[in-house]
Amino acid sequence: MEKLHVNDRDIVVPGEQLADGIEYLPAGKAFRDGEKIFACTIGIVSVKGRVVKVIPLAGRYMPKRGDVVIGKVTNIGHSGWTLDVNSPYAADMNIGEATTEYIDLAKTEMSRYFDIGDYVLAEVIAISEAKFIKISAKHKPYRRLKGGNIIQVSPTKIPRIIGKQGSMIRLLKDTSGCDVVVGQNGLVWIKGTADKEALVANAIKIIEKESHKKGLTDRIKQILEGGAK
Amino acid sequence: MSKAGAPDKLVVNGKRLDGRKFDEMRELTIKTDVIPNADGSAQVDLGGTRAVAAVYGPREVLPRHLAEADKAYLRVVYSMASFSTPDRARPGPSRRSVEISKVIKDALAPAIFLERYPKTSIDVYVEIINANAGTRTAAIIAATVALADAGIEMRDLVSSIAAGKADGELLLDLFEPEDNFGEADMPFAMMPRTKEITLLQMDGELTKEEIATLIQMNMKACEKIYEAQKKALKEKFETEKDLASQETEGEVKNENH
Repeated sequence: MEKLHVNDRDIVVPGEQLADGIEYLPAGKAFRDGEKIFACTIGIVSVKGRVVKVIPLAGRYMPKRGDVVIGKVTNIGHSGWTLDVNSPYAADMNIGEATTEYIDLAKTEMSRYFDIGDYVLAEVIAISEAKFIKISAKHKPYRRLKGGNIIQVSPTKIPRIIGKQGSMIRLLKDTSGCDVVVGQNGLVWIKGTADKEALVANAIKIIEKESHKKGLTDRIKQILEGGAK
Repeated sequence: MSKAGAPDKLVVNGKRLDGRKFDEMRELTIKTDVIPNADGSAQVDLGGTRAVAAVYGPREVLPRHLAEADKAYLRVVYSMASFSTPDRARPGPSRRSVEISKVIKDALAPAIFLERYPKTSIDVYVEIINANAGTRTAAIIAATVALADAGIEMRDLVSSIAAGKADGELLLDLFEPEDNFGEADMPFAMMPRTKEITLLQMDGELTKEEIATLIQMNMKACEKIYEAQKKALKEKFETEKDLASQETEGEVKNENH
């Protein structure tokens, strides 16, 4: 008996039944138990054809392969760096993943590339069974984030800060003139003049808190432009 | 009923001392998001009993040697505030609170996908602000809502209530005098979706039939508590719905140049 128990965009809680029958496929934070599909976290349902997905509304950041994250260097080892990526697991960046240049360890200090306390924009390249996270900052947009300010938001709110096709982040960047980089792990880097940085940080906090309210884009625009006067 | 301070009767004219029917629960209120610094939190009021739960994690396990390679370490700490009872309770862990922490942990663990968070710890702290019988069941209700609020993956919520016997009558959700001067008390917890029982304790004397009846009473009440837990969780996130319908989500990767 194939049956859907919820509508698209419904809010569900752990243990709530979403669908009946093996025709439906669980995705995201949904799981199958026998013939039935249930939600395993609090989230929003998204039904696309046979796929029943639960998009979480809360929770810590859990690394996934391919994620773009901002990490903070916590340790320098013999052949790489350890970074805190705002998840329960620390991330390792091997020396070969730091840059495309050759690093001669006999002549150069590793801290010249990334020092303890530096923030780095990197990509998650591998996760082992034992949850060792490997990240890389070797290629194009990935780099050390020099200067600026870091703020932390809930990882579930990151898509709201970016907006539809990047509309919100573009608004933040264009009206303030700041450089803004968002990591999937809930860290946001802002660089500009001190007052503009504060303005953008404030705007992002408002997006996080009031992401459900209508006319958010206009509100943010007002805040950013109001501060410009 | 020979204890000092005991009322003559716990059941008068088919009604209990606080006016409830035999199978009637005390008023239950659940609130989420009461502790801003926690990943998830909840406050439960069950009549005169108030429990506040805070969940942190999944996070790094401290001390390190407690970490398990294939699943999360679940830590539950139940404690009673010194002002929670009429006589001051000595703060800090006691034989009783260590035992209750343990049974709450065992009641919650089957509901959590612990194997999805290897090498981490999920820390649950439950503080009893006011005690009026049924503190462990209130603690379980609060802890499970706080866990869901923290976004931890779970098979189901856990609902919990106690039933017992006083003045020869089987009663649901005992309050202080019934608990102190009654004949038996049976705390109970289950996962309502699969009807799996995760906590069953009993203190006092009951016949086989009475036990069966009390379990039935508890199960029926848990269904109601389950609905209240779901409602409390949904209320917090209801506002998110409007936004979701606007499809304002973006991809991180394309925007970081």
